[in-house]
Amino acid sequence: MLLPFYLGPAYVGFPSPASDYMENPIDLNEHLIKNRTATFLLRAKGVSMIGACIADGAVLVVDRSMTPIHGDIVIASIDGDIICKRLLLRPQAALKSEHPDYPTIMISDCADVELMGKVTAVINQFK
Amino acid sequence: MTIALVDCESFYASCETVFRPDLKGKPVVVLSNNDGCVIARSIEAKQLGVAMGIPWFKIREDYLKKGGIVFSSNYAFYGDMSSRVMSILRSLCPKMECYSIDEAFLDMTDLASHYDLYEFGCYIRSVTKQWVGIPVRIAIGPTKTLAKVAAYQIKRQGIQSKVMIIDSHNRIDMLRSTPIREIWGIGSRMSHHLHGMGIDNAYALANSNIATMRKRFSVVIERMIRELNGESCIGLEESLSPRKQIIVSRSLRSPITRAEEARMPLSNFVARAAEKLRSEYQHCQRMSIFIRTNRFSNHRQACITDQQTFPVPTNDSRLMLRTANGMLNKIFRKGYRYSKLGVILDDCTLASSVQGDLFLAQDTHASKLMQSIDQMNQKGARLFFASQHGTFSYPRNQQQVSQRYTTCWEELPTVS
Repeated sequence: MLLPFYLGPAYVGFPSPASDYMENPIDLNEHLIKNRTATFLLRAKGVSMIGACIADGAVLVVDRSMTPIHGDIVIASIDGDIICKRLLLRPQAALKSEHPDYPTIMISDCADVELMGKVTAVINQFK
Repeated sequence: MTIALVDCESFYASCETVFRPDLKGKPVVVLSNNDGCVIARSIEAKQLGVAMGIPWFKIREDYLKKGGIVFSSNYAFYGDMSSRVMSILRSLCPKMECYSIDEAFLDMTDLASHYDLYEFGCYIRSVTKQWVGIPVRIAIGPTKTLAKVAAYQIKRQGIQSKVMIIDSHNRIDMLRSTPIREIWGIGSRMSHHLHGMGIDNAYALANSNIATMRKRFSVVIERMIRELNGESCIGLEESLSPRKQIIVSRSLRSPITRAEEARMPLSNFVARAAEKLRSEYQHCQRMSIFIRTNRFSNHRQACITDQQTFPVPTNDSRLMLRTANGMLNKIFRKGYRYSKLGVILDDCTLASSVQGDLFLAQDTHASKLMQSIDQMNQKGARLFFASQHGTFSYPRNQQQVSQRYTTCWEELPTVS
């Protein structure tokens, strides 16, 4: 949450020597979100992407306006499920998990695939 | 002028499927407050024959048997999705007017010489679909009223691209196939009158005699006729039928039989309506209340209303509460099981245009008091008037509400 500075007219006593150097506090939104309108937050479930530092319960920052390229982490809907995987375009289009126990999904095997957006950041919170 | 009307397809139903790709291709309906009636339908639900506004209980069994999906309304979510769509539109065309939660007018006059309008329309559609997941229709014409006609034609003709431009080449055909009831600003009474005069489509209206029509009806219809002929009379942020009414009403979960039971919900509705009024910097001239039995029950039926006109337009909650409770005492009749009540504020005008009454003391304290109350309530305080009894819980009965996907940390959509 951002707390605004109060730059009121009531100067009682000596003005703060820092008052000319006030800047806005650091805003995580600004750092993590380039296109607010197209950005949604999703929550990761499970450990299939643990190799990409996406822990169970992590918050994914997803920008739907960016066109994903080879190697990007993406959100896709596949046959009715929303999943998070690494997009591979070579040698064949595929969605790869980052965990040895989870299989790679070949896009040609799916009836209905839609890339929903690119994951631009992951927020893993420590308890 | 070049005006585009952008409206979201089956907006609430489209919102519900953004994070539920498993619902793609299935009938989806969204219900009004308290799960009363159907207020939005996906294309598939329309194809099943679900009518707009039909009471949910009437179709529930049959609809669910056919595999239909139902949601209670989730305004926190729809509101966020709407503001995303609107912000995309504003970035593409800064001269814009949000007309409703799912419609906006864009003034594309300056863009028209630089862009192919049809391609620009397709671009708007692809951006809103990709960025937010909401499909929109784009209807473009030289006036707001003609853009509305084009929007109707997209639906009527089932245009696949969902983009339609009305111009001198196709205007006559489009007007001929647009029934009078579909013209922007024509209500059921007016359309009845016009039918009586043999005017039954937009083309006939466009070619009617302006002077005669103005005399017979009003200047409103004159502007309508001019607009249908391509002469822009209604600018952005302006309309022939502005929102001059605020309605707050709900179905009650259990019926009431005594006036005392009605007082608290009514007072809450009045307070809410007054707050809405002030948030739009308006005053109202007239207030009506209504209370009625459940139309679909077998008990005795009654629907009673009363209205009162204020000497000076007001937005003072205290006066409005006094007036509403006075009306309630006057009209309440025993012996019925009432299940719905509400308040309607009419003839609303902007606060700046209110004329004072020479013989009534102006209450400048009132507006300051109301302002303070609203500000404190917005900051999470719970300030209320005695007749509201301090409880602010509307009887809510929403069984099928989806997650607040975009406004609540605990309810984010999940991915595996």
